[in-house]
Amino acid sequence: MSDVALSPARVALVGNPNSGKTALFNALTGSRQKVANYAGVTVERKEGTVTAASGRTIHVLDLPGTYSLRARSPDEAVTRDAVLGQLAGETPPDAIVCVADATNLRLVLRLILELKQVGRPLVLALNMFDIAQRQGLRIDLEGLARDIGAPIVTTVATRKRGIEELVAQIDATTLEAAATVAREWRAPDAGEIRDAHREAQRLMKAHVRPPERPDTLTGKVDGVLLHPVWGLAILLAILLLMFQAVFTWATPLMDLIDAGMTGLGGLVALAIPEGLVRSLIVDGIIAGVGSVLVFLPQILILFLFIIMLEDSGYMARAAFLMDKIMGGAGLHGRAFIPLLSSFACAIPGVMSTRVIDSKRDRLTTILVAPLMTCSARIPVYTLIIGAVIPAKVVGGVFSLQGLVMFGLYAAGILSALGVSFVIRRFLWRGMSEPFMMELPTYKKPDPTNVARSLLQRGQIFMSRAGRIILPLMVLVWFLSTFPYPPAGATGPAIDYSFAGTIGHFIQPLLAPIGFNWQMSVALVPGMAAREVAVAALGTVYAVGDAETNTGGLSARLAEQWSLASGLSFLAWYVFAPQCVATLGVVKRETNSWLWPTVMFVYMITLAYIAALIVYQLTVALGGG
Amino acid sequence: MNNLSIDRVEIAESIPEVGITLRLSDASVGDRGVIIDVRADDDGKDHGVDIEELQRRLLEFGFVEGARVEVIHEGAIGHDPIAVRLDDMRVALRRRDAGDVIILLDRP
Ligand SMILES: Nc1nc2c(ncn2[C@@H]2O[C@H](COP(=O)(O)OP(=O)(O)OP(=O)(O)O)[C@@H](O)[C@H]2O)c(=O)[nH]1
Repeated sequence: MSDVALSPARVALVGNPNSGKTALFNALTGSRQKVANYAGVTVERKEGTVTAASGRTIHVLDLPGTYSLRARSPDEAVTRDAVLGQLAGETPPDAIVCVADATNLRLVLRLILELKQVGRPLVLALNMFDIAQRQGLRIDLEGLARDIGAPIVTTVATRKRGIEELVAQIDATTLEAAATVAREWRAPDAGEIRDAHREAQRLMKAHVRPPERPDTLTGKVDGVLLHPVWGLAILLAILLLMFQAVFTWATPLMDLIDAGMTGLGGLVALAIPEGLVRSLIVDGIIAGVGSVLVFLPQILILFLFIIMLEDSGYMARAAFLMDKIMGGAGLHGRAFIPLLSSFACAIPGVMSTRVIDSKRDRLTTILVAPLMTCSARIPVYTLIIGAVIPAKVVGGVFSLQGLVMFGLYAAGILSALGVSFVIRRFLWRGMSEPFMMELPTYKKPDPTNVARSLLQRGQIFMSRAGRIILPLMVLVWFLSTFPYPPAGATGPAIDYSFAGTIGHFIQPLLAPIGFNWQMSVALVPGMAAREVAVAALGTVYAVGDAETNTGGLSARLAEQWSLASGLSFLAWYVFAPQCVATLGVVKRETNSWLWPTVMFVYMITLAYIAALIVYQLTVALGGG
Repeated sequence: MNNLSIDRVEIAESIPEVGITLRLSDASVGDRGVIIDVRADDDGKDHGVDIEELQRRLLEFGFVEGARVEVIHEGAIGHDPIAVRLDDMRVALRRRDAGDVIILLDRP
């Protein structure tokens, strides 16, 4: 083997969205892949390796899908910079592998012409060849390869067909063209785009014969799924099913994790003598990890739905159906997916805003995402509703407690739409960017690819949330533990701690909204994560372990809180930025402290105003 | 949609030998034809990007002269957005951004 054969090659996968790039990447690299972030930007960087028959190692970089090198979203900018070799900390690829959906060649041919301009060696992977064959689509591979000046390999990524040939071709191409010089690339103007289309059209005419049995299924299915009435009804049904799944199917698993963490805490408590170290490990670290872990089942179920909806091609339809409603509030149709995710947790919601092209549309979505009722609010809502709302049936069928819960969800959605409307009206006037989106043909999601994506997204969520939540939990533990109560103190220990001091200090500020000092103190540890407030209330009311004893706590609150205070606390929780992890993720995603600050200030202002109105109104109506 | 019919009268022109041309933004479900012009005319509307950029994006998505279009779906509220079959792909866009795409309707 020569020296050249031994030096590894680097290739980048480029292609239109939905061309099967991710599936091809998985087929090429199997489990030898690594997901991380690009330096400085939060776009996911996926790299893997494959060994060619020659024994040479090939590094494969999966790039976000794009229609053009004229990048518009942060995702697309990464693709452009990686292709042009301008990405900080990255060496330019030795060759570009363009992944094309064989049944949808027109736009990718134009991308190929653009890629040719860059001057790097190119290999075309003609993917979804199984579908092309089923449709009776005829492509003159030799002629096309000659005209575009790049070798073509046909592949079926989901069945791993053509993968060896593709690897062999990459190996050969990178060896031959070791010494090509990259040329200057410049964004094409309208005339050049037209010319490229004309050329693509010519290539299509010359080398591709239209399918004998074109896909008719997509048209028929769309007739129902995009129907003005049925389409919306079905979307609603899918959303309901999804919520049902997230909130009920996940419960047994969540209980299991909860019990597991509590058990672990108990074991550790047995092993380590009473004292600071034990308290730090049990109440700080284990409780902190547990508070993240407990949401994992919900988040995985949510991701499972989202991945399947994306892979099947339905997500684009959902964005189509929702665009007008979202657009009325100044949001982009694509904001639908992030906002949907935020019902489980704002963190994956904020992370998934990257699909939105324009910076302003993306920031607006990020700013309103935490207003969607995330699942961490549920324990708080359930506790307070149980304590202050009577378990009555109204109108013969509706439980009053259920109605209040529904009202809180509705308040979250409406305020998100309202805030985004205000942002677009006063902060960034003007329309959101054009909404243009391909509606891909429907496909059956491939189970292995779904499983792999699920695993990856779960890992990313865990590492990101974990890295932020853990230190915070330790901080909150510190604040609620030190200083110790003086000898002979009678009140709960937290009352003497920094958290207690802060709570007492801010209590006068919170008096107009009906918060007593216990509530104020509970807000401090509750900053780490919303549901922590439940445990904190348990601590201040000294009912022992509040999580296993919510009944006790609820009864205690029912005695001590007025209806007005309870409702005010609920109103506060609809808006309050009681989640430092979300603020941390916003900081990471926007690369600035400005946006988390803006978010914190506007949310806490809204929370105060809402709680004030609710409290004063209820008192005026005799609920004080 | 009430003002649409007025727009339509203004913009739709009937060229006897050629047929009816209209803006894609004014087309109804079922209208089909061929794109004869993709302009960068300022219509006074705000598109979130400048009009040349809008034109480039339209072109990039395949709204080019000579491409066949058919409006296949529209949204429930205000008949917006629309989904069109564009040659052999399907694309969704808002009516307000489709005004610079001029189509020549097929003869019935
Ligand atoms: N029948 C068939 N389906 C495929 C093939 N390759 C991918 N798919 C399916 O096509 C869908 C889209 O594939 P992805 O790999 O997610 O596409 P992508 O290019 O990564 O899409 P983006 O992430 O949007 O850029 C998935 O449901 C895949 O299972 C193929 O060769 N044949």
